Formats: sequence, C-alpha cells, structure tokens
Amino acid sequence: MTATVDSNRPDSNTAHPKHNLTGFIIFLCSESVVFLTFFSGFAILKTSALNWLPAGVAGLEWRMPLINTVVLVSSSGTIWLAERCMAKGNLLGFRAFWLVTMALGAYFLYGQAVEWSGLQFGFTSGTFGGTFYLLTGFHGLHVATGVFLMGLMLVKSFIPQNYAGGEQGVQATSLFWHFVDVIWIILFVLIYVWQRT
Amino acid sequence: MTSTTFPPSPPEDASWSRYFGFNTDAKVIGIQYIVVAFFFFLIGGLLAMIIRGELITPAADLVDRTVYNGIYTMHGTIMLFLFIFPVLNGLNNLLIPTMIGAPDMAFPRLNAVAFWLVPIFGTLLIASFFVPGGPAYSGWWSYPPVSTQNPLGHFVNGQGLWLTAVALSGVSSIMGAVNFVTTILRMRAPGMGFFRMPVFCWTALAAQSLQLIGLPALTGGAIMLLMDLNFGTSFYQPEGGGDPVLYQHFFWFYSHPAVYVIILPVFGIFSELFPVYSRKPLFGYVYVCLASFIIVGLGLVVWVHHFFSSGVAQWMRNLFMFTTMLIAVPTGVKVFAWLGTIWRGKLRLTTPMLFCLGGLFNFVFAGITGIMLATVPVDIHVSNTYFVVGHFHYVIYGAAVMGIFAAIYHWFPKFIGRMPYEGLGKLHFLLTFVGANLNFLPMHPLGLMGMPRRVSSYDPEFAFWNVLASLGAFLLGVSIIPFLLNMVSAWVRGPKATHNPWNAIGLEWLLPSPPPEDNFGEHVPTVISRPYGYGTGEPLVDHQAEIERELTLQEAST
Ligand code: HEM
Ligand SMILES: [Cu+2]
Repeated sequence: MTATVDSNRPDSNTAHPKHNLTGFIIFLCSESVVFLTFFSGFAILKTSALNWLPAGVAGLEWRMPLINTVVLVSSSGTIWLAERCMAKGNLLGFRAFWLVTMALGAYFLYGQAVEWSGLQFGFTSGTFGGTFYLLTGFHGLHVATGVFLMGLMLVKSFIPQNYAGGEQGVQATSLFWHFVDVIWIILFVLIYVWQRT
Repeated sequence: MTSTTFPPSPPEDASWSRYFGFNTDAKVIGIQYIVVAFFFFLIGGLLAMIIRGELITPAADLVDRTVYNGIYTMHGTIMLFLFIFPVLNGLNNLLIPTMIGAPDMAFPRLNAVAFWLVPIFGTLLIASFFVPGGPAYSGWWSYPPVSTQNPLGHFVNGQGLWLTAVALSGVSSIMGAVNFVTTILRMRAPGMGFFRMPVFCWTALAAQSLQLIGLPALTGGAIMLLMDLNFGTSFYQPEGGGDPVLYQHFFWFYSHPAVYVIILPVFGIFSELFPVYSRKPLFGYVYVCLASFIIVGLGLVVWVHHFFSSGVAQWMRNLFMFTTMLIAVPTGVKVFAWLGTIWRGKLRLTTPMLFCLGGLFNFVFAGITGIMLATVPVDIHVSNTYFVVGHFHYVIYGAAVMGIFAAIYHWFPKFIGRMPYEGLGKLHFLLTFVGANLNFLPMHPLGLMGMPRRVSSYDPEFAFWNVLASLGAFLLGVSIIPFLLNMVSAWVRGPKATHNPWNAIGLEWLLPSPPPEDNFGEHVPTVISRPYGYGTGEPLVDHQAEIERELTLQEAST
C-alpha cells in the first residue's frame, strides 16, 4: 500500500466550503449563551425585585404577542417546506415558501413594533422596562438578521447552477431561523406567561 | 505516483510586505498576531513600570491618584485582551494547521478579519487616554457602580470606549474560536484520530470551547453595563431595582474560564516540549488529554470564588469552594505527567526547556496560593489584597508568559527558518525567572499583612517588600531587551534552521522550515502512531524515513 493521499477521500481537508455548516452550528451554540445570560439576568432581577412593575403599569398584554408567536412558529414550518422543495430540486417551490417565511418574519417585526409603540413604559423604567426591551429588542435584531439572510439566499438562488448541489447557506439560514424561533418561545414563556411576581 | 509522498518544496522568498496587509495564510496571520501582541506587551509593560515606580515609595508622588487608577486598569486590560489572547491566537494559527496537517484554517478570510480587529480595538482602547476624563479607571473587571459613573457626562468616555473595545475583542475571539474548533474537528491528517492528536491541539480545542461557552456571557453582561452607563437603564443600579453583584456573576462566568483559556494552551506547550527535551514519551498522554476537558467542565462552575466577599449566600460559598478545590485534581494529573516525563530523561537544558522548567515551578507555586484563596475563610481575609495580585501574576507571568516564551524559542526555527541565539535566550530566561519571582513573591507577604490592591500610596510598614517588588519589576522590564534583540537579529541573520533542529516528533517537523504556504498541500502523510514516540523508534507517519531523507537532501541543495 502506498501512502499516497487521495484527494477525493471523503474528509479531504482541501474542500473548505463544507465546513461552513459546522462552523455556523458552533457559532449558534455560542450565541445561545448570550440569550442565556439575558434570560438568567431577567429571572434573577425579577425574583429579587421589591417592586417589579413600574408605577402605573399593570402587566403585559399577551394577545398580540401570542399571535406573533403563532406567526413565528408557523414560519419555522414554511422554511422547512422550502428546504424540502430545494432538496427535491424544485427551485420554484423553494422560492415560494422562502418568500412566505420572509413575509411571516416581517409580520412578526411589524407586530413587535406595534406592541412597543403602545406601551406605557420605556427602556429606563426600572429593571422591568430594561429587561423587557433588552430581551425583545435583542431577539428582534435576530429576526431582522434572519429576514435579511433569507433575502440574500433568495437572490443567490437566481444564480444559475448555484443551488445545484445543496446549498449550505440555505441550511444555515434555516437553522438560524429555527434557533430564533426556539429563543422566542422561551422568551414568550418568561416574559408574557410568567407574569406573577 | 509515489512521488506524492515526498515533502513539499520550501517556499520561495516571499516579500515582507505580506505581513502588513490582509493575508489569509494562517502562518502569516500567526506572526502578525504575535508581533502585534508584543507591541501591546511593551505598552502594557510601560504602564507596569509606572505602577511599580509609583509604589517604590509609600507616598503617592509619581502620578496623580486618578491617573493611577486609569493606569492599572489599562495595564490589566491591555495585557489580557491585547497581549495574552492575541499571542496565544498567534500560536494557534501557526501550530494547529501544521500539527494536524491541514493546509490552512477552515475559514481563512474569517481568520484574517479576526486578526485585523485586534489593532482596531487596540487603537480604540489606547485612544481612550486622550478623551476628556481619561481612560476607564474601574479596574480590568469594571465592576459597577464605579464603572457606571460618567461624571463629565460625555457620550464618548473612557469607560464606554473600554466596553466597546472589550466587545470587539469578544467578536474577534469568537471568530477565532469558531475557526480553531472547526479546523481541529474537520481537517486532521488521515490516520490522526483524537488520541493521536498532539496535546497542544487538545488544549487548544479545550480552551477555545471555553471561549465559545463563556465569552457570550461577558458580552451580554457588558451590553447591559453599557446601557447603564450611556442609556440610563438600571440593571446594576440598586436605586433602580438592579443588582451590582449580577454583573460580577456575568463577568466571572467568563473571566474565570478565561484564565483557563490562557493556561490550557500553556499546558499544551509544556506537554509538547518536556518530551522533546527529555527524550521520553509524554507520561500518561491519554490522561493529559482528558484532563483538559475535565478542566473545561469544572472551570465553568467555579466562578464565584472571585467574589466570596461580595454579597453571596453561604451555600454558594461552600459549593464553589468545593468545585474550585476539585480543579486541583486534573491539574495535578498534568503536573505529575510532566514530572513523570522529565524523570530520568536525558534532559537538554536549551532555552525553551529552561522556560518550561521555570514556568512549571512558578505554576506549582501559584497552584498552592490558588488553593489557599479557594478556602473561603482565607479568601475573606486576603481578598482584594496584594496576595491575589501575587497569585495571578505567578500564573500569568510566571507560568503562562514563560510558557509562551518557551513556545516562541522552540518553534521560531520552524516558522522563521532561522535559529534564535542560545546565549541571549538563556540570559532572557535568567532575567525573567529572577525578575518574576522578585517581583511577585513579595506581594504575598504584603497581602497577608493587609496591603490592599489598586492603591497608589500605602503605610510605610509595607515599604520593604514593595521596594523588592519594584526592583523585580524593573528587572523584568530589562529582561525584554535580550528577547527583542534575539528575535530581531535571529530573524535577520540567524543561522539557517534545518527542518527539525530539536529532533522533535510531530507533523510540523516533517515540513521544510519555513513551511510552504499550503503546508503539505495535497500530500498529507498518514499518521500511524501516537505522538511523542521519543526513544521508541516508532515512526509517526507512513514513509517517514523517505520524507526525512528528502527534506535533508533539499536542505543540502540550498
Ligand atoms: C489550582 C488552580 C487555581 C485556583 C484554586 C485558583 C483560585 C483563585 C481564587 C480563589 C481567586 C480569587 C481571589 C480573590 O479575588 O479573592 C483567584 C484569582 C485569580 N486567579 Fe486563580 N486559581 C487557580 C489558577 C489560576 C490560573 C491557572 C490562572 C491564570 C492563568 C489564574 C488567574 C487568576 C486571576 C487573574 C485572578 C484574579 C483576578 C482579579 O481579581 O483581578 N488562577 N484564583
Ligand atoms: Cu478563578
């Protein structure tokens, strides 16, 4: 047997692009710790507060955010469908579901903006206001990033042959979107469901 | 074609200018990191000289008190974020790809971006000396409420710049960590399973995992601090319902692991070098590898030992005292492995070996004071005194920086292609070892006597030990001269290095010195045995003899 290295062997270390997904997953794990920090900060500040709610604030209205939750969770479904279409080589179906996902994401941001504009407390209204805007704002930033990334991938899908062999960018974006979704569910439970102090 | 097993040819003389631009070759980036890091080391060192100059007399007579606060804050910040981390990332860049036989890092462009952030946030941090109100003055840990004061009310203030710089440093480190971890996981040479991987790569993997888990907590905590400072929130302000101790949790959740980010690669360096210079296999290789990850696990659950004296519950103190002491076990495993390695070895006291031995000695000393500090009753007594300062300088200067010097002397021939001078190297070692001990040993009695840290004047009864410490510090300042002389002159006109001047075993030593841009390129040798087969005669890779012969021929013909 010779020690000749076959550059076609499956783990050939010269083919860089397929590391992208590995790298991105590692990054997401790390990013989740930022949220974990904010979540634990929220929980600690809330449980140790003497007056959690600022004067004149009765609590948070949860109906609108619940609609937003439904929107975001279903967008996780549509992005999954988009990926399935692409796996089958149906580029048109991919674009359609991808667009629907983007629209749902955009609607979520709109709903968030409407909610913010109707609130009687601000960022500096004690730790209640601070954590509320910090958490929803930081999460909203991720939603916006997700929508932007999807737009990028949509444009890239028009480059001929670009998505012929499976696209890591699409996989990564979709993974990111599920991540944003899961974070929102935790956030929703923490902020809107757990209202009693 | 069998010629594919032959080693790649050495690079043509590449121009100097590649070091000054956006280059994606990990070996260029590695050297960029190290050179920039030493530039900041000189700045941080200059600040240290001012600190020790102030402390040579009991009175505050050299600099203004507020200036003094800024100086020690910047000293700590620069040394950690602009010296230690970048220099270690430099070593990672040089060593990881060559040790595992990869042509480059997994994401070369991301790698270059991560590097170029360093001079950017470095400049930002240095710039804070020139804004109204001066630089941050709340210590390298920036605890509120000190760090949320903005007496002049400027939006651009020293503390804000500090926070921005630290955040950028975090971004750079995360980019680096993603890259290093992906590279180690996905790009190893054929045959190199995890238990054939050099210990340095194990420790790098462990350290970078800690970065990935810990650093985001600091980022999150720092974002909240910046909001408190500049946007009027009250996360850490008791008057607004906030909790200053919360910040301490966030800060140390990262910054304790950060000390392992620093020391783990140095454990890796020790594990690489002791076998080379003792001509024996690394004792307990598997246990040394595994201990790194036990340290990662435990290192994540000890952070409260940094603020036993803040308002923390007694059960927390007990718990974290216990976990902290547990860490001594995997650490001890490593220390015994190194002792077992040098035991009855054929020791060669070269410069790198001397730095390793000195570093190990200092590390053991610091471990003992660490255990003392982990004991709550002792810690309550000496927290915030010079005892703590002594402890961590023994680790960081005495062990980590000495280990880094060892690595630089050891791998300089490989990546520069020339030999550093032994005489200057030994002088450097002597000055460093004596200087560090003279500087940092007196801090222990000072702390036990009750001298607080971060003061510019003190009771005259502390004068004796302070004079000694200052003399040691100046000696350390001098010690850097032979080092720089050595590096510059060896780089310019040192004797040419062969591919393996130390007779070391490892993939990187099967490359020409300096290695070509893509290292082994397509012709990565197949690893057939564990590393560190010193004295066993076992080859590391297939066709090892051919490769060596070919390399020697190459060297003879140039
Ligand atoms: C056996 C291992 C170790 C133990 C048990 C230990 C324990 C401790 C404890 C309890 C403290 C807190 C003292 C206080 O503030 O009251 C401390 C401080 C510190 N240690 Fe260690 N340590 C160990 C190893 C290390 C290593 C390996 C490093 C760095 C490479 C390190 C760096 C530091 C630093 C930087 C501080 C002080 C930070 C500050 O207050 O500014 N330690 N150590
Ligand atoms: Cu610690």
